[in-house]
Amino acid sequence: MKFTVDEKGYYGRFGGAFIPEMLYPNVEELRANYLQIITDPGYQRDFHKLLRDYAGRPTPLYLAKRLSERHHATIYLKREDLCHTGSHKINNTIGQILLAQRLGKQKIIAETGAGQHGVATATVCALMGMECIVYMGKVDMERQRPNVERMRILGATVVPALSGSMTLKDATNEAMRHWINHPTETHYIIGSVVGPHPYPDMVARFQSIISDEIKRQLVDEIGNPAPDYVFACVGGGSNAAGAFYNFLDDEHVNLVAVEAAGKGLSSGESAATTALGKPGVLHGSKTILMQTDDGQVVEPHSVSAGLDYPGIGPMHAHLFDVGRVHFVSATDDEALKAGIDLSRAEGIIPALESAHAIAALNQFEFESDDVVVINLSGRGDKDLETYIRWGKY
Amino acid sequence: MKNRINKLLSNKPKDILSVYYTAGFPTLNDTGTIAESLAAAGADIIEIGIPYSDPVADGPTIQASNTVALKNGMRLSTLIGQVKEIRKKVDIPIILMGYINPVLQYGIDKFAADASAAGVDGVILPDMPMDEYIENYKELFDLVNLSNTFLISPTTSEERVRKIDAVSDGFIYAVSASSITGAKGKFDKQQLDYFRRIKNMNLKNPYLIGFGISNHETFNTASSYGAGAIVGSAFVELLKNAKHLETDITTFVKSLRNNNV
Repeated sequence: MKFTVDEKGYYGRFGGAFIPEMLYPNVEELRANYLQIITDPGYQRDFHKLLRDYAGRPTPLYLAKRLSERHHATIYLKREDLCHTGSHKINNTIGQILLAQRLGKQKIIAETGAGQHGVATATVCALMGMECIVYMGKVDMERQRPNVERMRILGATVVPALSGSMTLKDATNEAMRHWINHPTETHYIIGSVVGPHPYPDMVARFQSIISDEIKRQLVDEIGNPAPDYVFACVGGGSNAAGAFYNFLDDEHVNLVAVEAAGKGLSSGESAATTALGKPGVLHGSKTILMQTDDGQVVEPHSVSAGLDYPGIGPMHAHLFDVGRVHFVSATDDEALKAGIDLSRAEGIIPALESAHAIAALNQFEFESDDVVVINLSGRGDKDLETYIRWGKY
Repeated sequence: MKNRINKLLSNKPKDILSVYYTAGFPTLNDTGTIAESLAAAGADIIEIGIPYSDPVADGPTIQASNTVALKNGMRLSTLIGQVKEIRKKVDIPIILMGYINPVLQYGIDKFAADASAAGVDGVILPDMPMDEYIENYKELFDLVNLSNTFLISPTTSEERVRKIDAVSDGFIYAVSASSITGAKGKFDKQQLDYFRRIKNMNLKNPYLIGFGISNHETFNTASSYGAGAIVGSAFVELLKNAKHLETDITTFVKSLRNNNV
């Protein structure tokens, strides 16, 4: 079984590049050059140096003792929350800005939902002295005020997306429209493993540093690079892609993707794409998305803005399709509760996205010798308002 | 077998006016009235937009019309029913233009069969990749005599324009600028150079110029290079503000064709 992208940009029956002709030259320029650029030794040296000195990698693999006792297994947390800017998103933005420089681009655009990817993009643009425009849904700008100001402090222009429901999917539409209107000097840094080929593969490669480190760290910890389980939350799926990447071919490793069930799978307010979606085309690739029977994209809901997306990356759609990854979901309430529990048990306040991965532990019965890795993709600072409003702590 | 698009293009090599509007806008059942008014006013081709929640290649005017149309309850199956009614009174070519996802959900086989049976002559799906079309759609479309029109833009390479020309049967949709849809005042020198470049390629298919055509001047310029022009946003804007659809549409079409109205 092959889990990586094929030469046509597909993962099984998902993927491809469903884009208007006006975007073809931009995407084709990337497709034709990305592998050669990012595998170049000079590029790799720059990338890994920045990951170490600037982003703070490798991030620790932390043995969570009290969480382990509770679930009768050995549970490690991969501490992506300790990355510069507060989440794994920086791995990808460093990778893409170095690529954009080598393609001779002067301007950067990005979309953002909660603002984590927007902040990570604004950060690397400040670092490299490049102009940065971030599209963000007007509704999200109101919900995530501090991140809007973080981007502005970093020198980025934040443009409100006023179309549709004014959230992440509309911000993505607006960024694509901007790219159509400014095709030559601009690079679009997509924040997840979504979009037309080669984005899903490119972003997955940049994030694969996560599972690369997990393997090496597990050898030091337990003398074996392979855990029994890896858990990660999935919105578009970039942290899950990174946490799963180097384990895909080892079928003894159980990979668990946790989607946001919102207020419940049958509540009409959910973002659990594989549970509620069907194959279709969204943001340039064939994947699984939540839609009406007329093919209109449905507005998702999750308490976590980073999981509030109606699709998943085509790689995940394929992994779901062939059964390589087990998909489960956690509700808003379960995630909030798991976030508080982790805070109390380990002294770590997780991002609400990552709290979904923690919440899913309750759905499993582990063997006492099982080794479980949870990708703790982000820190909870940005979510304090939501925790406070929930209030049950 | 030739469909209405092929017949029109072989009979009329110049000054073709194709007009785009969104189905179900301003109200659900205006689709038919607008089609009849356009045909009566002298439009050559009618392009009806299939409303979609996420139209990435469209500017604010057409996006907003899509949102309204969806709120009005427009769906692809409704539209195909409306085309069937329109065909009782209108004989000029009808093209459905939209994004691929609603068509995929309808079912591509069923879509080709139903659209053709209703009297649709062609399809424009800007986010359907050419390779995908060749592999999975062309045979189906050919079988029911449905033309597929591809877009080219100023940044499309000559090699790719030639490839698009080779798989096209009908016309090529030349997008006038690297942009999303939207009305603009006039063309600049770069755009004119691009129109000339395409003209000098002597393609087997005629090309119509679209995006940014809003008045007599831009229509005329476009027609002097290509076989004609496509008007979209400017017409949707008119529909939004129309007091009386029939007369306003007649005036609009005449003003595009003739400066003296």
